[in-house]
Amino acid sequence: MLSRVADSLYWMSRYLERAENTVRQLDVTMSLMLDTSDTSAEVRWQRMMASLGKPPGMEWNDDLDAMARMLVFDTLNHAAVTFCVNGARENARQVREEISSEQWARLNRLYHQMHSPHAQSQFRVNINDALASVVDGIHLFKGVSDTTMIHGQGWQFIRLGRYLERAYATATLLEVYQPDLFQPNEQDHSGYQYLELVGLLRCCTSFEAYCQVYTADISSEQILEFLLLNRDFPHAIRYTVDGMRDAIDSIQRSGGRRPPEELIAVIGRLQAMLGYTTIQEILAGDVAKFLHTIREQCMRIHELIYRYYVHYSIQSALAT
Amino acid sequence: MSAGLPVEMETLFGDYPLDQAFDEMRERGGDVRPHYKALAEMLAQLPEEELLRRKQSADLSFLTQGITFTVYGRDEGTERIFPYDLLPRLITAAEWDRIERGLTQRITALNMFLRDVYSDAKILNDRVIPRELVYSCKHYRRQMRGLQVPRNVYIAVVGSDLNTGEYVVLEDNLRVPSGVSYMLTNRRVMKRTFPQLFHSYGVRPIEHYPQLLLATLRSLAPEGRPEPNIVLLTPGVFNSAYFEHTYLARQMGIDLVEGRDLVTHDNIVYMRTTDGLKRVDVIYRRVDDDFSDPLIFRGDSILGCGGLFNAYRAGNVTVTNAFGTGLADDKAVYAYVPDMIRYYLGEDAILPNVKTFLLGDDKERKHVLANLDKLVVKAVGESGGYGMLIGPQSTARQREEFARQIEANPRNYIAQPTLDFSRAPCLIGNHLEPRHVDLRPYILFGDKVNIVPGGLTRVALEKGSLVVNSSQGGGSKDTWVLEE
Repeated sequence: MLSRVADSLYWMSRYLERAENTVRQLDVTMSLMLDTSDTSAEVRWQRMMASLGKPPGMEWNDDLDAMARMLVFDTLNHAAVTFCVNGARENARQVREEISSEQWARLNRLYHQMHSPHAQSQFRVNINDALASVVDGIHLFKGVSDTTMIHGQGWQFIRLGRYLERAYATATLLEVYQPDLFQPNEQDHSGYQYLELVGLLRCCTSFEAYCQVYTADISSEQILEFLLLNRDFPHAIRYTVDGMRDAIDSIQRSGGRRPPEELIAVIGRLQAMLGYTTIQEILAGDVAKFLHTIREQCMRIHELIYRYYVHYSIQSALAT
Repeated sequence: MSAGLPVEMETLFGDYPLDQAFDEMRERGGDVRPHYKALAEMLAQLPEEELLRRKQSADLSFLTQGITFTVYGRDEGTERIFPYDLLPRLITAAEWDRIERGLTQRITALNMFLRDVYSDAKILNDRVIPRELVYSCKHYRRQMRGLQVPRNVYIAVVGSDLNTGEYVVLEDNLRVPSGVSYMLTNRRVMKRTFPQLFHSYGVRPIEHYPQLLLATLRSLAPEGRPEPNIVLLTPGVFNSAYFEHTYLARQMGIDLVEGRDLVTHDNIVYMRTTDGLKRVDVIYRRVDDDFSDPLIFRGDSILGCGGLFNAYRAGNVTVTNAFGTGLADDKAVYAYVPDMIRYYLGEDAILPNVKTFLLGDDKERKHVLANLDKLVVKAVGESGGYGMLIGPQSTARQREEFARQIEANPRNYIAQPTLDFSRAPCLIGNHLEPRHVDLRPYILFGDKVNIVPGGLTRVALEKGSLVVNSSQGGGSKDTWVLEE
């Protein structure tokens, strides 16, 4: 497929994944603020900002409603939901011929929903419903993508974008949260620590899935193990890295004149790191550094995707 | 009001005015034309709320499908829904037969003219068309002289604008005619809006247009490329017809490329894909000549692909429409189309022209300058309703301005009498009002001439306006060509 088209599909998918991540984190953070724990609203807000990549212009100003509205409706801030939806739609608009009409209609509806004159007032009335309907819109788009689009290269680039964005966002989230995860008051029975940990799981829509694996026995080690190393849960980093590998292999099989050796090597190393390490080994070492390495490798993968599929030199392509 | 109409229809029409202009639906006396009877009866019986409900549901369908166009020169809301009217425009089988024969004849002659002018120029040597008229045309492309074009087809995709009632050809669009996607999407929406009516009328299908277009493009592939890679070249997302480009590419299942996706190497055009470079064989070009190849045409353009023309000249890639076809839709050359038809085919034109004054001629210019308030003046190389003076609706200052421009560059303008454009009923608010319409059928020319029965009916939705161009507030209607 055309390099430019692959590029647009990849970013369309990344933007939507980012929008969903922002919505979920905002939802969780605001519901945690309802409880009167020791952690102040300001600390929570800043922690959320850190896990969203510290977008500029979002410093805490004591007006939670206004700030939440900004994080949803701002059109210039890179973490804002509307900005991401606009970005996804703009990319989709440039590849209208590649995506199905159903996908386009779905995304268009989400876009018009964000820009409707009623959106902000509905948001004031019921924030939770408003956020839930955005997530619904994104989920519907993903569902329609999987059922109406040919599962060729374009679809694989959509997966690639989704998994890369998710792996990076989850690693950032864990990196931001991990100093708080292992506090000495682990055995605290007031329930606040429990809420914090559940909040972290809900940021990755993984509370129910976690309970299926570990029962409702919530502990920091197990959360870290689940979100890092689980093989079967779509929001676990290991799953997303395996997904990237699978997407790259499919792209290679369907056309592939030039094997992306370096790209496969970087993903492979990351797979090995997540597949052949136990949580005890990770905890015995430097957790922060481990998470940071994952993020770095994600950025490297992004660069290599560009070098192999989008911005290659003409000479290198003619030689093969 | 006519006494012959039933009561419901009296209400429906209200004070629907009839005058000397041809009305598609009603005869001069007020009676509904036979083929419009079923439509009028349905409208008269449909409760007002139901009609408005259908209108809203059709609106929504256009919006969520993103059927929009881009308006130039405005900062905000540059993406608009293409306005349309809910009522179909009907064309009888007999009318269509004439249109089809007329256009086939006309396009055949125009293509022969292009072939002739860019090779032996016999028609100029025989002094049928003045030499200076052709060589002073800004769309004449010297680079095309002596170039062998695949199957001798210069104009594979054409959209000619017609006035019905009193049939005349208003203009030919031989460069990059647009609007066909609206013809196709209008039909889709209309079939859902008035399913029974559609069925009872027996309307000829148009939905196979993309397939015909693809077959046309395939038939023009370079020799020795049995499985040609066909692409549609778009200027990009900011072009007013971008929706159409994506629509056609998707319907044909071909890649939509931009100039930046293409590279040439050794006179072969490639596109950049995720699997490396892939050779391109046929380019359906929706980029104007000027912007197609910065090495040959405008050097400051980044929309095209450097080296494209040389690859084309070498016969390694087909580009269609060919370069330089704008010569034949120049509004001054237009005046000679009936002569071309006689010269090349030995026939009289089935569809006549509008009387056209050439301002390069001293006598005609004098006449036009004295009668500017009665005539329409058009710049010869413009399209989309730009560069136009409509005499009866103009101010004295506008006329002075045009007179000055005509004196300065007479070759650049032509004048025509104002035409009584045919009118068709439109749903305005909750009642019917007549609006000016024209008709743009789409003609495909590969192995042979192919015209899908229908076209884009463009409507001047503003009351009294004569301008139907979408960039100037025009809208459209679905066009139903009847089986009988």
